[in-house]
Amino acid sequence: MTKTAKNRRKATGLIVAVVGMMLVAAACSSESKPDEVVLLTHESFAVSDGVFDEFTGQTGITVVQRTGGDAGTMLNQAVLTKDNPIADVIYGVDNTFISRAIDNDLFISHRAAGIDNVSELLLVAGDLATPIDYGDVCVNYHIAGMKSRGVPIPDNLDDLVDPTYKDLLVVEDPATSSPGLAFLMATIATYPEGADYDWRAYWTDLFANGVSVTSDWSEAYYTQFSQSGGDRPLVVSYASSPPAEMLDSELTEAPTGVMTEGCFRQIEYAGILKGTKHESNAAALIDFLLSPAFQNDIPLNMFVYPANSRATLPQVYADYTVFPDAPVIMDPHTIDANRERWITEWTQIARS
Amino acid sequence: MDADRPLIDRRPEPKSAGPMTAEPMSAGSRLGRIALVAVPALFLGYFFVYPVISITIRGLTVDGSIHLGVVWDVLRNPTLQRIAWFTLWQATVSTLLTVVIAMPAAWAFARFDFRGKRLLKAVTLIPFVLPTLVVGTAFLALVGPRGATGVDLTGTVWIILIAHVFYNYAIVVRGVGAYWERIDPAIEQAARTLGASPATVLRTITLPLLRPAIASTSALVFLFSFTSFGVVLLLGDLTYTTIEVEIWRQATAFLRLDIASTLAVLQLIGVGVVLILYGRYQRRTAVAFRHDVARPPKPTTRREKALVSSILASMIAIIGIPIGVLVWKSFVEPSGGLGFGNYSSLASLPAQSAAFVDPIEAIANSLRFAAIASLIALFIGVVASAALTYSSRRVSSVFDTFVMLPLGTSAVTIGFGFLVALDWPIDLRASLILIPIAHALVAIPFVVRTTTPTLGSIQAQLQDAAATLGASPWRAWWSVEFPLVGRAILVGGAFAFAISMGEFGATAFIARPGSPTMPIAIFKLLGRPGGSPFGAALSMSVILMMVTAAAIVIIDSIRPDQRGEL
Repeated sequence: MTKTAKNRRKATGLIVAVVGMMLVAAACSSESKPDEVVLLTHESFAVSDGVFDEFTGQTGITVVQRTGGDAGTMLNQAVLTKDNPIADVIYGVDNTFISRAIDNDLFISHRAAGIDNVSELLLVAGDLATPIDYGDVCVNYHIAGMKSRGVPIPDNLDDLVDPTYKDLLVVEDPATSSPGLAFLMATIATYPEGADYDWRAYWTDLFANGVSVTSDWSEAYYTQFSQSGGDRPLVVSYASSPPAEMLDSELTEAPTGVMTEGCFRQIEYAGILKGTKHESNAAALIDFLLSPAFQNDIPLNMFVYPANSRATLPQVYADYTVFPDAPVIMDPHTIDANRERWITEWTQIARS
Repeated sequence: MDADRPLIDRRPEPKSAGPMTAEPMSAGSRLGRIALVAVPALFLGYFFVYPVISITIRGLTVDGSIHLGVVWDVLRNPTLQRIAWFTLWQATVSTLLTVVIAMPAAWAFARFDFRGKRLLKAVTLIPFVLPTLVVGTAFLALVGPRGATGVDLTGTVWIILIAHVFYNYAIVVRGVGAYWERIDPAIEQAARTLGASPATVLRTITLPLLRPAIASTSALVFLFSFTSFGVVLLLGDLTYTTIEVEIWRQATAFLRLDIASTLAVLQLIGVGVVLILYGRYQRRTAVAFRHDVARPPKPTTRREKALVSSILASMIAIIGIPIGVLVWKSFVEPSGGLGFGNYSSLASLPAQSAAFVDPIEAIANSLRFAAIASLIALFIGVVASAALTYSSRRVSSVFDTFVMLPLGTSAVTIGFGFLVALDWPIDLRASLILIPIAHALVAIPFVVRTTTPTLGSIQAQLQDAAATLGASPWRAWWSVEFPLVGRAILVGGAFAFAISMGEFGATAFIARPGSPTMPIAIFKLLGRPGGSPFGAALSMSVILMMVTAAAIVIIDSIRPDQRGEL
């Protein structure tokens, strides 16, 4: 009998242990406080230490950061938790996704202070989403790699299908990589549907010319680009990649450069999530993201350009990159309406 | 079949003479058994079943009602059919290859002692923690275009299969090895004395004895290969895709949660069918186990020496060379010279830019999460193992499949499931505890797989004897069985630790910028152009390897079987 009681006690003990574990978990969960604002970003988000302290000093509001995986995953998180949002502000939804976010009715409209200093070209979402930064996806070339092969630097997308550049270019898969998608958009804008020579024909030629495809940017840049020891001197990357190359190196001359035609402009937006209990805090945070204090911090942390034209660019940018003259800027609705079809068609061309 | 295995003492059904019957069926033992099932069932119910069902319903809901039309569309889609077929066959081939290639090493580890054994055994677990891209660069340096071997396997299915063998080798070596060393070599020696050839001994004695462990570990290898993500994404080019990759593509690139959910359910059904088939194949067997594992002998005869050293050489070729390439690359500085430049830049980079993670902090975070995840996985896993061993056959076969399912579920499904489900009854979605819990979900099957075969094989007589001597079942378990299964539990613990150390997907999904782990730091470094960040990523990978190997050596050196002899 005593044995039975003992066993019963042990069994209860086990269950208590599990309940205890859940309580510990509960204790670790953070209930939102009135003087807080939760900022959801994607995994590439980076900011200098102490930048948000300035915001807290001005407003008394503490910023709690959350990371939501890659950009697509982050947007999914926001859509899935619409009824009980996990954050007050989302930052990092780009122009290829923004219209999906707006269609899902994710945002509360807010006209950010400082929006007048933002170029009209970036304002595609009205007051629902505020542009914070932008970057240009362009073909990069490895100077030494081009020289050793004795080939001139290409000027535009047309050149890339020329036999001179056979087997020299590596791009990313638009289905799995955001620069890959951006480059596909650049080709679609340059060789539009309905033209005699459309983007499908262009990509057929590009594949015939030996273009290589990787699943993401890191793989393209670090395993195939000749600057990193690979065997291809042309890669789809960013206009800001050459200054990034220079930043931590002892080199005196940039090893890479940017082909300034055939670039696609990626614009990243921030928005107040509907259902937030801290709308005024969220609005203040959006204003701060567009203020010089945050905007000046962007270039060396995320290697994109600040949206606010009053922000200053660091010297490496002035020294080692060129602004593309006319980057492709595409209407987000057009992107959203066609994305799946374009990627599917591209995949068919790539596989055949 | 049975005639072939006279030495296996098939354990009677637990109902008639199972270990629990050592104690007359009392209310207490029934309650105890219910608790054993209830604890893991509650844990998995709340952190696995509830989130997965929630996200599936959510994914299939369009405008407020559930639409099942998409299921039909998915089933009829030729591309998706091709993906499903590839997923299945590559997982089968990967599993067969891994078992065949790793078995000799399992034998060498179980039967012989040699210098550096503990370190070598720890090294087998290193692939578990390495980020795919880092492994990918090593593989490409060997079998890529202009690779050192002169063979270019890029774009072929071989490079995927080889990578799966590389990643899963440790599961077989450690899982089968831990079981093997407990089988008394006297059984095999007796058969040899009676005139059986080595091949006959292997076929009729050794392999049948090892069957539970082989079945157990190959199920794990199969599930890992079936849900392979990073390797296939990186090395599969455009040609090869698994269901796991497609779920992620559909969810994140197309925002098609309906298709993603359908695929996730189909994947889960596929995994369930395979697990049920495997459960039928695997029958509980009781082996004449040694209760004290003496240190195995050093190889003595020339033949033994030659055999063991050639096995170790092949192991070094499979695991050691890719790792060696990485270590070597981590010492190649951006300028091209050799030195510690990448390691020192690891320390200096954070100061220059906040995009980088303080390496010490990342190491501390990784160790902390891995310790918590291992403890959760060990607790739940061992209780689940005991439940499997002591409950009726019907309950245990269902429960067995259930415990394994998280390993066969797409990470995207579990991650999104957490988000839509875990705000009830309290909001856990922002809690960091979800990181070790997500890691533990993957690790629990390992603890269960490594513990159950050993636990199931301990002779019931031992328990009976203890009970006769007046010990309660709990006491008998603690003082008799635990020391015997302790090794197996720790093998599972080592896996749990390594899984958590290397985990990226779930961590990136839940983590806050304030709590980066080593894989997150490596990812951040690889996301930026430049020789210095890349070099720093490689050196961080080497540090991740070393920290993991050191921890595994420590875990491996714990010997619970030498605690309090009975």
